[in-house]
Amino acid sequence: MAGPNRIFLRALLALMLAGCTTSRPVLPPEEPPMHSVEEFRDQRFADIADPWEGFNRSMYKFNFYVDKYLFLPVVRGYEYVTPVFVQDRLSNFFGNIREVRNLTNSMFQLKGMESLTTLGRFVTNSTIGLGGLFDPATPLGLPQRVQDFGKTLGYWGVESGPYLVLPIFGPSSVRDAGGMAMDSGMRYGIYYGIDPFGNTDHEFEIASGITTLESIDLRHQENFRYFDSGYPFEYYMVRFFYHEKRDIESKGHPKE
Amino acid sequence: MAYVRLLFLVYLMLWPVWCQAEEDSYGYPIPGSYDATILGTPAKLIPELPKKIPIRQLVLDIIPDRQKPEIFFYDEGLRCTAAFQKQKAPLVFLIAGAGSSSAAPKLLTLLKSLYQAGYHVITLPSPSHPNFIISASQSCIPGDLNEDAADLYRAMEAAWNEIKPDIKVSDFYLGGYSLGGTQAAFVAKLDEGRKIFNFRKVLMINPSVNLYDSVMRIEELLKKIPGGPKKEGQFFNRMLARFSEFYRYGNFIAINDDFIYAVYKERLFSEEETGGLIGLTFRINLAGMIFTSDVLTNSGYVVPKNKVLENTDPVYDYFLVSTHLSFFDYFNEYFYPYFKKKRPGLSKQALIGSLDLKSIEDYLRSSTKFGVMTNRNDFILTKSDLDYLSELFRERFKLYPRGGHLGNLEYKENLAYMVDFFNGKEVPKDGRP
Repeated sequence: MAGPNRIFLRALLALMLAGCTTSRPVLPPEEPPMHSVEEFRDQRFADIADPWEGFNRSMYKFNFYVDKYLFLPVVRGYEYVTPVFVQDRLSNFFGNIREVRNLTNSMFQLKGMESLTTLGRFVTNSTIGLGGLFDPATPLGLPQRVQDFGKTLGYWGVESGPYLVLPIFGPSSVRDAGGMAMDSGMRYGIYYGIDPFGNTDHEFEIASGITTLESIDLRHQENFRYFDSGYPFEYYMVRFFYHEKRDIESKGHPKE
Repeated sequence: MAYVRLLFLVYLMLWPVWCQAEEDSYGYPIPGSYDATILGTPAKLIPELPKKIPIRQLVLDIIPDRQKPEIFFYDEGLRCTAAFQKQKAPLVFLIAGAGSSSAAPKLLTLLKSLYQAGYHVITLPSPSHPNFIISASQSCIPGDLNEDAADLYRAMEAAWNEIKPDIKVSDFYLGGYSLGGTQAAFVAKLDEGRKIFNFRKVLMINPSVNLYDSVMRIEELLKKIPGGPKKEGQFFNRMLARFSEFYRYGNFIAINDDFIYAVYKERLFSEEETGGLIGLTFRINLAGMIFTSDVLTNSGYVVPKNKVLENTDPVYDYFLVSTHLSFFDYFNEYFYPYFKKKRPGLSKQALIGSLDLKSIEDYLRSSTKFGVMTNRNDFILTKSDLDYLSELFRERFKLYPRGGHLGNLEYKENLAYMVDFFNGKEVPKDGRP
């Protein structure tokens, strides 16, 4: 993984420095437009706290290039060589592993019924579903309840904090980025506790192969493409939808 | 334009069936015009379409010498979406509705449906979509049906030249919905002179008769909210608060189909508010068009004249300004002055009159290649518009009892009618395909 990482860093640096080196052609002076924001007496809308907008927009652009030159070609290759049936089994398999995250976090939120549902799902799909390759739990009335540590923090009243576009991972917030780190920490804790490939000679290769495959599967399942809408205010729409969805879904039930 | 839907329009693709059909034989279930427009077609009533289709994206360099501002760095050419048969087949061009890209979900459903029926298909973005303004519009000022038709025709020629070596085509067909439906008529007229495609059949789905009047009717929807369009921000925030409150007090798993179904069933938003949300969505779309056009023409309308914008510059204030401008503002302060300069002596009335199917009425009446599908409760048309279309296209005018504006586009009967129309099957006026 050292190679791609270095490329990311270089591209990242190049992008961040690009702003300093551009020289603009000499243009006639700016003239005020016919309509400006001062003339409207209305509330701002779809506006989310974003003090690092400059950085975030650079990351947004950076992610566009990472997608374009790395992820999307890889995903296209994957989709080309892998039968749809196999793709779906892999998606189910990795989804089943993530039930552990869903379970721990619904427990952190003291949601009894939900925890039982998720546990039931995990057990059903791991056994009858052949190690998570199939999902017999959903038709049996055990729907998936996606949880993560960012939502757990939100549930206990932690505000999302400023909007943050992470390199590679995309739209997030200070709270959710921390939550993601916590979830990965727990995951690797569990992984090292179980140590499933410890008795093979190629533990590192197997583990990194699986991680790579999971990243490919995640990008394969994600339809979002940076700048794909062509809408000049796409950045704000994505920011708004991300924030609202997280905010609405993570808030505690007021009666609980 | 996936992002330009409001929060609760986002998760509608897999809609459960819940409505009772009215007492007629037409099976599309949602009676309300605004509800149908927002909710679209329940997933179970969309026919099964092939899952794996060889979809290809065409990126066309139509105006090679255009200087693209850095803020639009990602725009590499006009993006059309295509699906081709292996064998010789007729080719259908489809034009998207106002503000939509060539990969808008509704347009892709039409593409898949026609592909399934054995056609080659190429979809084009609407001339009001930013990608088209940047990469395919000569004037960069969208809205004139004649100029837009010329731009569309040039784009179709470019697409055809690009794919000519790869596919075998027997005939050409043309279709479009909403604004794209009206534009299809003007493109067909242009083709009568240019004769590159000789379109055999042209289908207009939920078109407007007069573009200006139709847009005004959408703008009307926003006038009914408290404080009117100038307070759309307040309206948006109030609707959002109600939406999220509703979620918190209900026992919902996620913002998914069940939740949206509950929003609809519990009548969380009144009729007027639902209309207001449609009007606001239109404004958010229009804002993208106004801003893009202004940046390209350096007109100083919402962006300071001579200002150079980088892609990483904040542009939220321009978003706020552009969404607060109505189509009326755009027409009077930006669109009309441009055409007046080009054609001195042009009156506003004459310009509005040119944005009308009536301006090419003689041609439309003389040709039998046209078909129209629309709905009795499509709010962009008046009763007299419907009478006019019926009189003009007679047995080739298909009127559905409901569906709002484009709500029933993906409904199985509608798709079957569309395919039958291109197949050339005779369809009785009140009968079903």
